[in-house]
Amino acid sequence: MSLIFEISRKGRRCAQFPDRKVHQYELPENLTRKQLDLPEVAEVDLVRHYMGLSRLAFGVDNGFYPLGSCTMKYNPKVNEEVAALEGFNEIHPLQPASTVKGALEALKQLQDALCELTGMDAMTLKPAAGAHGEFTGMQIVKKHFVASGHPERNEVIIPDSAHGTNPASAAMNGLKVVAVKSNENGGVDLDSLREAVGEHTAALMLTNPNTLGLFDENIEEITRIVHEAGGLCYYDGANLNAVMGLVRPGDIGFDVIHLNLHKTFSTPHGGGGPGSGPVGCKAFLAKHLPDPVIGENGFEYSEDSIGSVRSFYCNFLVCMKALTYIKVMGSDGLKLASENAVLNANYLLSRIKDIYDVSYDRVCMHEFVLGLQRLKDETGITAKDIAKGLLDFEIHPPTMYFPLIVHEALMFEPTETESRETLDRCAEVLRHLHDLAYSDPAYYEGVPHTTVVSHVDEVTAARNPILKYEK
Amino acid sequence: MSKYIVNSAAEQQEMLDELGYGSFEELFRKAGVKVQAEVDLPAGVTEYEAYEDMRNLAKKNRIFKHVFRGAGSYKHYIPSVVKNIVSRNEFVTAYTPYQAEVSQGVLQGIFEYQSEMCELTGMDVSNASVYDGGSAAAEAVMMCVDKKHHKILLSKGINPQYRAVVKTYHQFSEDIVIEEFNGDFEVDDDTAGIFVQNPDFYGNIIDVAAVKEKAGKAKVVVIANPLALAMIEAPGHLGADIVVGEGQQLGMPMSFGGPYLGFMTTKKDMVRKLPGRIVGQTTDKDGKRCYTLTLQAREQHIRREKASSSICSNEALCAFTAAVYLAAVGPEGLYEVADTSFQMAHYMADRLSEIGFETVNKGPFFNEFVSECPIDAGELFKHLYARDVLPGLLLSNNRILWCATEVNSKEEIDWLIDVIKEVL
Repeated sequence: MSLIFEISRKGRRCAQFPDRKVHQYELPENLTRKQLDLPEVAEVDLVRHYMGLSRLAFGVDNGFYPLGSCTMKYNPKVNEEVAALEGFNEIHPLQPASTVKGALEALKQLQDALCELTGMDAMTLKPAAGAHGEFTGMQIVKKHFVASGHPERNEVIIPDSAHGTNPASAAMNGLKVVAVKSNENGGVDLDSLREAVGEHTAALMLTNPNTLGLFDENIEEITRIVHEAGGLCYYDGANLNAVMGLVRPGDIGFDVIHLNLHKTFSTPHGGGGPGSGPVGCKAFLAKHLPDPVIGENGFEYSEDSIGSVRSFYCNFLVCMKALTYIKVMGSDGLKLASENAVLNANYLLSRIKDIYDVSYDRVCMHEFVLGLQRLKDETGITAKDIAKGLLDFEIHPPTMYFPLIVHEALMFEPTETESRETLDRCAEVLRHLHDLAYSDPAYYEGVPHTTVVSHVDEVTAARNPILKYEK
Repeated sequence: MSKYIVNSAAEQQEMLDELGYGSFEELFRKAGVKVQAEVDLPAGVTEYEAYEDMRNLAKKNRIFKHVFRGAGSYKHYIPSVVKNIVSRNEFVTAYTPYQAEVSQGVLQGIFEYQSEMCELTGMDVSNASVYDGGSAAAEAVMMCVDKKHHKILLSKGINPQYRAVVKTYHQFSEDIVIEEFNGDFEVDDDTAGIFVQNPDFYGNIIDVAAVKEKAGKAKVVVIANPLALAMIEAPGHLGADIVVGEGQQLGMPMSFGGPYLGFMTTKKDMVRKLPGRIVGQTTDKDGKRCYTLTLQAREQHIRREKASSSICSNEALCAFTAAVYLAAVGPEGLYEVADTSFQMAHYMADRLSEIGFETVNKGPFFNEFVSECPIDAGELFKHLYARDVLPGLLLSNNRILWCATEVNSKEEIDWLIDVIKEVL
């Protein structure tokens, strides 16, 4: 497809602006820009260009998207309508508090609901994404130990199954990462944990259910070990969609948590953001939350805060979408969502586990991880091949090659917003692809075959980067 | 009530039975979960009720008819076509484009965004966005420092919010030192980067070439207003090593502070230090031009604790919005928006000075400027709020940071002057 630059024709215009009839001011010549080469297109051509691109994009609204760890649930349309309300769009972030009472009240409602759901005492909505929330949470942990006279506590214990953002967020704050192994059930190995904790432990960073989609049965023992060693427990809320209304991280020993409104609370992913990554904590850490926090009279600043982590308060419109979702769902609906997320994952798994190897054969939570090493050994067909094969059947592939501890991993997260027929069909397609690996491995040469582009040459892309349009 | 859950209660029960659990309680028990929560939230409501509730909250916010406040968030006209295109569900409901074969639309959109940002800033490479202007500045710090250079100099002309974010980000890094300077700066062997904003927080257009000359080997980081770059020389043409900033002006509403768009561009030789997603052009196996996420070896999912940033989700749809906006307005339209904002701000500064509001800016400024308020600004603001005016931002010393854009007219400014005169 043509680039917007290639359909540009000199002198064509789309948007125009009123002439305000003041032209007498001039910028000094030496500061003035001489040349700016942007596309020049008429409105109809602009629209057709982007409609063309939209046909080459694939969202949840296009089809099944069981991308593990990303919670690609359906994004309700009422959320979008709410976010487009003039009363939310046309307010300046530096308006006096008395003129934005509705916005502050809405944010307060969201904060309170998230505290209640997670068992936390305080919440900030400020971070703009999950990794931003992790970064903020690690700042709070670090600040807590520096402020309480224990700067030597500078190690964060992270399971080897964790998301890459976890160690990166810790390291950005000068914290040393200590990896702990997983046990034979896919949970944290308690002996490794006992060995890892000590007087340098700042925190344990954990996702539960973990990235294998398994609930750690020893969770209370885990948080107790860390607390007894003087450390804090950080909960990565990436997988909260499995336990809403069922288990509250704050009740099982976690002190700090981040959430992903764009996963659990149905706000759309937008092709990679904007998201929102609220951070909650127990009362003794609340004074360290990033500036400002929402108090009775609007925004409040604290001497003990870690400071500010972004320019204005939050990804406000994303928060309004999440709040709408919470209102519609209510405590009953959120719980039902988690129950169905777990049911759907187990249902899909049950339809394929006789032929695919599951990494840990347990009842899973909202997602599960297949390990395709045996298939690869027997047929040469890899996890990536199977994933790309799904594209030929208009199913978005699962997360590939993650977590790192499973060889040839494929991680499926169907979510609660998919029908039984969709799960049945996905299972059928997976079984078909498995058959093909044995009966017709040639199918996998150059897979996928039906997509608008075939196998993409990523090696050349990285070796000879072309990162912008050149005439 | 469906609650967006597809399977009916009867179907859920059938599935539970088929799996041999019989109930959700049993399913969770088998999964090792001790269910213990009783969440005290209201029961769910219908979509209609939730919408009404949210609409009532929206109504409690005051939309000022006359906006003269900027300071990092700007009211500009957003063409209808921009809003229409970026609300397409294919874009809105997609994930990060990991699967290139079904994500060419998103990938090409970001590639076009990167190209446009490079053109605007005069740089070679752009990432796919970061959270906002403040975090973009903070991320740029990591691009400057190395084993031999630890010190970052921040101009006090930089938006105080951005400076606060930069300081927060690096407060626990043992090998990064952040210092601030007022006007002039001194570099030494330890200096890694000089950060300036152009136009600065107070609207002043600064001499980037002079900063570059004085910086020597230290990197020059310019925090730019992308709209102003339609008029003023691109930082890349004046020697900047990194250009970052806030892109909200390019098609995003003020929306109480977010979501906005942090942009980052740099020179070719620094591309491997650039954080975040980057889209590159390549070919598929049939030789067809296509796009893919590239240079991922920089990122957290590969490098884990050795990555310079943990960023994963960014502001992709906002970047896409900026790209659509730039194509919708084109070079002439962008110039019209910038020049009208510039003309209106200067007209306003002149009219204000006629009635005793002396302009503080000594040199050229863009669409923001500072004036001395001849009366108590608190009193003035009370009067203006009552007349549906959101005045400039009150700084210390009874000074006001005003802003005008293309949505303001000459007649509106004349009217504002008359309204201010009522209390002089």
